[in-house]
Amino acid sequence: MKTNDVILQTGTKVVFFIIFLFSIHIFFAGHFAPGGGFVGGLLTTAAIVLLLLAFDLKTVQKALPFNFMIVVAIGLLLALGTAAGSIIFNVPFFTHAFGDFYLPLFGESALHTAMIFDAGVYLVVVGSTITMIQTIGGDS
Amino acid sequence: MMTFIWVSLLIVILSMLGVLYRIFRGPSTPDRLIALDVIGVMFISATALVSILFHTAFFFEVILLLAVLSFIGTVSFSKFIEKGEIIERDRNR
Repeated sequence: MKTNDVILQTGTKVVFFIIFLFSIHIFFAGHFAPGGGFVGGLLTTAAIVLLLLAFDLKTVQKALPFNFMIVVAIGLLLALGTAAGSIIFNVPFFTHAFGDFYLPLFGESALHTAMIFDAGVYLVVVGSTITMIQTIGGDS
Repeated sequence: MMTFIWVSLLIVILSMLGVLYRIFRGPSTPDRLIALDVIGVMFISATALVSILFHTAFFFEVILLLAVLSFIGTVSFSKFIEKGEIIERDRNR
């Protein structure tokens, strides 16, 4: 029987971007508010799972043409690179640096290298959970 | 004002207990599913009331997160009831 779930698909096209923007917000707010890389990654995974529920596996793989195991590798490389980059400046492993910079669009903003480590955590969480879900759910 | 918040928290918890009865004694699976969805909404309101009681704004992310997770859980469970599989390999074969 061929079902027509047009309400779910149209709702997903709106709700996906709201959940994705909320996950980006929770990722960037992690330094001064609850949240961070882990919760942001899980929420991005929830948005992609909503796409997988409304559409099928092949459509989502065509819309997001990443190999998510390579995303895990890039995340681990970011985290390890941030940790190892402090050795070059003759300070102990995992020492973070921060400072105030003037950005063209945002104005005066404080940048911290812990955010790059958090981006690594984010990519590892997204990649590993999406790989798990695609591997388990993709069996017919 | 604080007694008002405490009384509404008590009412929310009592209605949560009333919905728990539907989860335990629901005759069919969709009854239990809708009861679980209502439990999610009540957790959201209880979290909002507790954040008023604690004088903190740090629980607002928890509220949005609960809403998102409750919605996705309900959608996946209803798709399982309808089709028997949650993620299809190819929808239009």
